[in-house]
Amino acid sequence: MSTESIPVPKGSPSKPAVSSQPAESSQPEMLTGSGAILRSLEMLGITDVFGLPGGAIMPFYDELMSSTAIRHILVRHEQGAGHAAEGYAAATGRIGVCIATSGPGATNLVTAIADAHMDSVPLLAITGQVFSTSMGTDAFQEVDIVGITMPITKHSFLVTRPEDIPATIAAAYLIATTGRPGPVLVDVTKDCQQNSAPFIWPPKVDLPGYRPVTKAHGKQIQAAAQLLAEARRPVFYVGGGVGRAKASAELLELAEKVGAPVVTTLMARGVFPDSNPLNLGMPGMHGTVPAVLAIQESDLLISLGARFDDRVTGKPSEFAPNAKVVHVDIDPAEISKIRVADVPIVGDAKDVIADLTVAFADATKNAKPDLSEWWARLDHLRGLYPLGYDEPDDGLLSPQYVIERIGQITGPEAIYAAGVGQHQMWAAQFIKYERPNAFLNSGGAGTMGYGLPAAMGAKVAEPERTVWAIDGDGCFQMTNQELATCTINNIPIKVAIINNSSLGMVRQWQSLFYDGRHSFTDLNTGHGTVMIPDFVKMADAYGALGIRVTKKEEVDAAIKLANETNDRPVVIDFIVSRDSMVWPMVPQGVGNSSVQYAREHAPEWEEE
Amino acid sequence: MSHVLSLLVEDKPGLLTRVAGLFARRGFNIESLAVGKSEIPGLSRITVVVDVEELPLEQVTKQLNKLVNVIKIVELDPTQTVEREHMLIKVRVDNTTRSQILEAATLFRARIVDVAPDALVIEVTGDTAKVQALLKVLEPHGIKEIAQSGLLAIGRGGKSITERVFKN
Repeated sequence: MSTESIPVPKGSPSKPAVSSQPAESSQPEMLTGSGAILRSLEMLGITDVFGLPGGAIMPFYDELMSSTAIRHILVRHEQGAGHAAEGYAAATGRIGVCIATSGPGATNLVTAIADAHMDSVPLLAITGQVFSTSMGTDAFQEVDIVGITMPITKHSFLVTRPEDIPATIAAAYLIATTGRPGPVLVDVTKDCQQNSAPFIWPPKVDLPGYRPVTKAHGKQIQAAAQLLAEARRPVFYVGGGVGRAKASAELLELAEKVGAPVVTTLMARGVFPDSNPLNLGMPGMHGTVPAVLAIQESDLLISLGARFDDRVTGKPSEFAPNAKVVHVDIDPAEISKIRVADVPIVGDAKDVIADLTVAFADATKNAKPDLSEWWARLDHLRGLYPLGYDEPDDGLLSPQYVIERIGQITGPEAIYAAGVGQHQMWAAQFIKYERPNAFLNSGGAGTMGYGLPAAMGAKVAEPERTVWAIDGDGCFQMTNQELATCTINNIPIKVAIINNSSLGMVRQWQSLFYDGRHSFTDLNTGHGTVMIPDFVKMADAYGALGIRVTKKEEVDAAIKLANETNDRPVVIDFIVSRDSMVWPMVPQGVGNSSVQYAREHAPEWEEE
Repeated sequence: MSHVLSLLVEDKPGLLTRVAGLFARRGFNIESLAVGKSEIPGLSRITVVVDVEELPLEQVTKQLNKLVNVIKIVELDPTQTVEREHMLIKVRVDNTTRSQILEAATLFRARIVDVAPDALVIEVTGDTAKVQALLKVLEPHGIKEIAQSGLLAIGRGGKSITERVFKN
């Protein structure tokens, strides 16, 4: 890739700390490595970073202090910085930046980096490293973070010379944000940060091995359009890649032109509007019955930016057994990884979908395919198996109701960041999404504790939007220290703790598959327990507004109060039933046709 | 089934870890590995032999291609490829066996590169079958030590991988 792709931000960032430099000057300005990192970030248009200083990154923090172009949010734990940067990126499509020191600072980023790797989040992680002369000596706070993160980054760099900083930061930015996005780590030794070199911008970025394909092969598009024209039971299987490619508008046009059903995976919720009648909902382990069965019964699966994750496919050999597969992905390694594609298309979803729309119109000039029989079947399923839930028998709040009301009262313009577990699935099912980047969650890695810091990052990126963290009592206890960050930095997020006093998803599996033996899933935070910790007191201690809700009639008022409170974060402790389960469900290891609508309740089968 | 992959890579620190780690991570066993400079400054060539089926091979090739420092991967067709291994063999000798071993080395067009009263070091170059055949002949005499290179491979004819990469 050439230097052309490096963005030049609009308007030069103000940098009072460093003297401005006339463009025609022949002598480039001398900067320390730290100064060069900061200047490079500014030149790339970075405006917000999340981090926590320590010994090996102190020279950079010394420079950062005087930056007026970049807002630094001091987190309370580096994992919070990583997830906040992820939330920032997922809410906007812009790169998220997190900063940590060497050793434990860097290893605390590892979970977030792995998470970003699994979910293709553009993330730049900058870590301090011990002096280059001390590397390899087991120096204080030394770890080989480049080595540790090799399997979970898109790429990584170790920088020891200040003159290499601009090109490295620019390359990291380029790699993280282009092609299939992902995390890039830049590890900078302390002596590199301290030494000086001429700062040259734009730098020459030389990446001869990095050539992401964006424009797809025309012949393949024709082949896909032909299959689409002939299919009687087509399904658009839409994944997070469509969101990353900012291709929602193109998808809407294609789907409406074809008139075929759309299913949106966990990572693609909101990429296609839930209100659109073509949308059958989420497929997979906890997908809607119509979405799961539509795939099972389809004769053509058009996979757009999806990767046939095991949580979607169930047993792969029984997934969509009668379907031909058109697989569109920007990453060639995803194609035919799980399911061999009949028509593989490597390209950017935005371009491919637009091209496919044109090609489909050409292929169906004479006769538009008749999908009415297919829709009769799908509408029948929709009528029989709508998403729903039962009120709990124990008289406690229904978690689904709480989450549904948060979505209904707050609306589709808000951002919802979920933790991982039952509440995540309910947030995917019962909040209706109308736009991409509205639902943030940890899909691939399944990182408990993602929700709160991701919400914080999203709120920094989109301060005008209401941002809810839909969290569990387990997840909340993993990253709630960032409430201090939110209060002190005026980041007024709302946190809904769906408090069922347990590691709910594990408990559900124990109830279903381990004879109800609830081994170490009781957290004692909810109804009828010692309630340690007391989340309302905790919110209070963090300077947030804490509310406890135990009754149905209190739910709306609490949500509204939270939405109206913008001078501090809000934490609502919703005490819900622990026996509510996530349905529908496909048990692990079986085909998706074994989907259960509710416990012991399989949907009716199509008469063949 | 063994496949020979020729990788053109940037000569960057940690590159070998990235390549080897990828094989390990995806559960593939490397049979042989040879790394050296290529004809272009800053670029190295890795020749790797891996024992996998067709489909997983395609997957590992795609994953390798995603490594930012990997410029090109080619699977070499064994019928259109010159393949060589290089081995140094320290074999036990005494006055009764020395001439026999020297004769075997000559037959295999191997060279004696070190002589000691009780041992010879034999250098042999060839494809895997030839090198293994010599080893088999020497084995009864007592092999004290061997050092072996990975397989080196290069396509026959005038075309070169590097030319193809940098033409466009």
